[in-house]
Amino acid sequence: MAWQRKILRVNLTEGTCTPEPLNMEWAAQYLGQRGLATKYFVEEVDATVDPLSPDNKMIMATGPLTGTIASTGGRYSVITKGPLTGAIACSNSGGYFGAEMKFAGWDMIIFEGKADAPVYLYLEDDEAELLSADAIWGKTTWDTEAWIHTQHQDPQIRISSIGPAGENGVTYACIVNDLHRAAGRSGVGTVMGSKNLKAVAIRGTQGVRTVKDPSRFMEATTAAKKVLADNAVTGQGLPTYGTQVLMNVINETGALPTRNHRDVQFEGAGKISGEAMHEPRASDGKPNLVTNAACFACTIACGRVSRLDKNHFTVKNKPEYWGASGGLEYENAWALGAATGTDDLEALTYANFLCNAYGMDPITFGTTLGAAMELKEIGALDGVETGDDLVFGSAQALADLVEKTGKGEGFGVELGLGSKLLCDKYGHPDLSMSVKGQEFPAYDSRGIQGMGLAYATSNRGACHLRGYTVASEVLGIPVKTDPHATEGKAELVKAFQDATAAFDSAGICLFTSFAWTLADVAPQVDAACEGEWSVENLGELGERIWNLEREFNLRAGLTAKDDTLPKRLLTEAAKTGPAKGLVNKLGEMLPEYYQLRGWSEDGVPTDETLKRLGL
Amino acid sequence: MQRSLVLDPKKCTGCMQCEMACSLENEGYVVPARSRIRVFAFHDEGRYAPFTCTQCSEAWCLHACPVEAITIDASTGAKVVHDTVCVGCKVCTIACPFGTINYASNSGKVIKCDLCGGEPACAHACPTGAITYQDADQTGLDRMRRWAGESLSSATAQ
Amino acid sequence: MQHVIIGNGPAGVVAADTLRKADPQASIILLGDEPEPPYGRMAIPYLLEGNIDEAGTHLRRDADHFTRHDIELRQGRVTSVDTEASELTLDGGDSLGFDHLLIATGSRPNRPPIPGIDDPRVQTCWTLADARAIAQLADKDAEVVLLGAGFIGCIVLEALAARGVKLTVVEMADRMVARMLDANAGSMLGTWCEQHGVSVRTGVSVTGVDGSGERLDVSLDDGSSLPAQLLILAAGVRPNIDFLDGSGIETDNGILVDECLHTSKPGIFAAGDVAQGRDFSTGHRMVHAIQPVAADQGRCAAMNMAVHPTAYPGGLAMNVLSTLGLVSCSFGAWDGVDGGDSTQLLDRERFRYLNLQFAADRLVGATGIGLTEHVGALRGLIQSRQRLGPWKARLQRDPTRIMEALVGCSVQL
Repeated sequence: MAWQRKILRVNLTEGTCTPEPLNMEWAAQYLGQRGLATKYFVEEVDATVDPLSPDNKMIMATGPLTGTIASTGGRYSVITKGPLTGAIACSNSGGYFGAEMKFAGWDMIIFEGKADAPVYLYLEDDEAELLSADAIWGKTTWDTEAWIHTQHQDPQIRISSIGPAGENGVTYACIVNDLHRAAGRSGVGTVMGSKNLKAVAIRGTQGVRTVKDPSRFMEATTAAKKVLADNAVTGQGLPTYGTQVLMNVINETGALPTRNHRDVQFEGAGKISGEAMHEPRASDGKPNLVTNAACFACTIACGRVSRLDKNHFTVKNKPEYWGASGGLEYENAWALGAATGTDDLEALTYANFLCNAYGMDPITFGTTLGAAMELKEIGALDGVETGDDLVFGSAQALADLVEKTGKGEGFGVELGLGSKLLCDKYGHPDLSMSVKGQEFPAYDSRGIQGMGLAYATSNRGACHLRGYTVASEVLGIPVKTDPHATEGKAELVKAFQDATAAFDSAGICLFTSFAWTLADVAPQVDAACEGEWSVENLGELGERIWNLEREFNLRAGLTAKDDTLPKRLLTEAAKTGPAKGLVNKLGEMLPEYYQLRGWSEDGVPTDETLKRLGL
Repeated sequence: MQRSLVLDPKKCTGCMQCEMACSLENEGYVVPARSRIRVFAFHDEGRYAPFTCTQCSEAWCLHACPVEAITIDASTGAKVVHDTVCVGCKVCTIACPFGTINYASNSGKVIKCDLCGGEPACAHACPTGAITYQDADQTGLDRMRRWAGESLSSATAQ
Repeated sequence: MQHVIIGNGPAGVVAADTLRKADPQASIILLGDEPEPPYGRMAIPYLLEGNIDEAGTHLRRDADHFTRHDIELRQGRVTSVDTEASELTLDGGDSLGFDHLLIATGSRPNRPPIPGIDDPRVQTCWTLADARAIAQLADKDAEVVLLGAGFIGCIVLEALAARGVKLTVVEMADRMVARMLDANAGSMLGTWCEQHGVSVRTGVSVTGVDGSGERLDVSLDDGSSLPAQLLILAAGVRPNIDFLDGSGIETDNGILVDECLHTSKPGIFAAGDVAQGRDFSTGHRMVHAIQPVAADQGRCAAMNMAVHPTAYPGGLAMNVLSTLGLVSCSFGAWDGVDGGDSTQLLDRERFRYLNLQFAADRLVGATGIGLTEHVGALRGLIQSRQRLGPWKARLQRDPTRIMEALVGCSVQL
């Protein structure tokens, strides 16, 4: 009911756009977005496919709550096989694009093949056409959006696009929508670029007609919104400081990975924190932060909108970056800042703007830059033209190289490889702070043990958005657990992973889970969708999706050996802070995790497990 | 005293709950494309501004209508379009200097804010207090009305 | 105080209602020369399409409206005005005195001097009586020739197409709606009509009508001829001012009025299609035969009649037109001003066009095709003479951001 029951299949090789009815049997099993699109994907794509070949597919998918009054009901995901990991990739984004797809009458779009020449998809309600993107190939996502708006003379079109990074083969290119929201991780933009697909532009005027039980849906969504408003994190912390509320907290926890994870605390954390974004600058008396902002339907509004100091060295002669745009989220501030040892808030903001404009994942970019700085420091880059400033703490290096990476120039080409290929290439594979080829986000698993297990087992490589045990281990949500203990973490990670898959598949934002549990989500989904969506059913849905993704990865050639962490985290103890002396004790958690998952010792789901989950 | 919508861009986060609520109330389903209230994004300024009919006293739309399809609701002061009377000629859409009465091609009629009969759904749905419905003078719409009064009449003097 | 209003179209009716509010004690007489209750000509196309009945064209829904507001409706044609005696003469010979007079007699369609044009199958489309006659002849599949692709022609065109007639439009000018749309927009509209099954012949004139056969034979100056069951004349309108001959009221194309819509004679005002007042864009006195100006002038004239001095900012040219589903509009100095500059987006394939005309950092005119959202913002920006500041550059980059410009200029962000 909250589904549009219609998907669009776009064959880029043939240049065709074909509507299909949504497979409602699968919808009943996988709900929507991440779950349902993954089902489509694994059914249609050979797991051993080369991620950048025309045989790979890319799905943009909404959930049943996308485009409804449910708070945060505006999400969409991009599902494909990722070039960074060779595993299933699923990147989630907010903004307005997902809701617009729904309003145009579609649950998802499946892209297959590869266009002969650059194209973009223009979708206006039922009308879909592939149009030449020659005029915008090479342009930033910002210029691409502006061009499409004027080309179609419609300021209300919503757009997802890749920037030059996605065209240049940067392995961690993202897909940016609404100027500064992004399906950021795992290189989904690289896949889009490999298909010669520059952008997807949508105008939807059909709306979302029905939910199963409108009055119960109104009640459930109203009650759930109140839960968000009354909660200290979603009601105050996130609107005020955004996810940047975490910078000082995680630093104090001793879990802020610094200088390529050599340290777990960053002396400059305060200068790049959410609090700092509110402070008037010495230079012009204005704060970095202009306002907070929401994605579609979101009543939290954690988004940051920032404006750079015009006199800062990064933008002195670049008026195109003088306007307000998407500011630093915690992960980005960490990756561009702590991971590179840089504490210049303006330079970080500038790098963040460029990551959005050029279309690349700031987490992987920042961590790759951090890795390069370490490689340089130990002499592994001797003889490589990197520029003089490639040292930890250099805002100049950050500013120069973010542009070069986006443009595919000079040493930026090397940084575009991502840390794994870069460190492999220069003989120090252990210096890549990644799992399955994808770099860590902003939580050091020596100080937050559960995150080590969450990273090691994440189906899309190192990621905080697959099992965010930080909530429990640091913030006490839903219950406080000891971040240094390993006991009980296997269960905690599994519970978070399963619940997250359910949140994602509904079409809502994971950040609601600071306040909501599945008990808050279930009544909303159940009032919206046909079928029975209890807490238990949603939990099982999450587990089913997790195993579906795992099975794909195993078929793709990944094994239990890939469920691990870089040597540094397992052998080099944290040097300071509360976790001083600790390494991550993955070995204490992983076997129990496999067992709880109903997997063999080799990390393979047993037949019994698969059968129980209907796989 | 009649109440009016108070719109405060400084409080608006751009979540569009108002557009959804408006369309749900007036169209019976969620279709922001036909919301009577619109949130405009000012990207360079980092602002969102909800905007709708000011229910201005000049009522350009009402006077321009050739078939009296727009009348004043005595209880709220809202200028209300009567669908059964509107012929879809669009003269009101060019007459309104605020651009807040729009032609809807699906119905062949024009649509505008009617204050939901005194309980505006947008204000009810707004999570941040950027849209409220109250007895007040210093409203966003009031400023807009003043702007119109001043600038349209100063045009007169020239 | 006795107010007399000649003409019960939009200007007259708005004036009567305004007067009643502004001068509650006054006597108000509203004269009209058609038998029907006051109605809006703008609604006639929708009547022809069958979307509404005749009552749906009435300017006031409530049959008692005028009685309730103590406005006396009278049918009659005024034959002369004695400005010295403040007295009108009606066609039956009766006379009627006034303290203040509003002339809102509107305009009437031109009948070009073409041989054979008096055949009953040649119709103007102006009054309800005309509409009834056209409805009789314009059956499905009837061959209809429409002379004139101006504003009126185009709104009638949509109604005729909806009736399923086989339609040919003959226009003397090189494009459709030449007085409202620029060359880009006019040619796009022509293409659109052709693509939707209407034959458009521009740059040709009708030279004669032969009514001797079963069908009319409409001959054109290019030597061809068109068979027709019905020929509709939409060759422009002119103000109804003939009855003012000898009155001393100054006229040109229409009745010359000052900024308070006062004519050259004390106590006598004019509004609507008949008035030739200050044009907002040029400052010259012009006749604006359009609905919103009629309503605005009716209101303004009434305020002055009620001795609440009110200046009229000048008629702003503005038109909106729907032609077989394609909406076009234009405002103000849409063809630009000396020393001005412009910006535009043009997509002929998708029938989308937006042209903005600036004078320094003010918007002075605009043309749109396929634009339906927030169109009135163009009027707001033009008529307020809003200084655009940074918005000019933004509009030059993306002219579609007119509503953002309006809101951005007028609300504290």
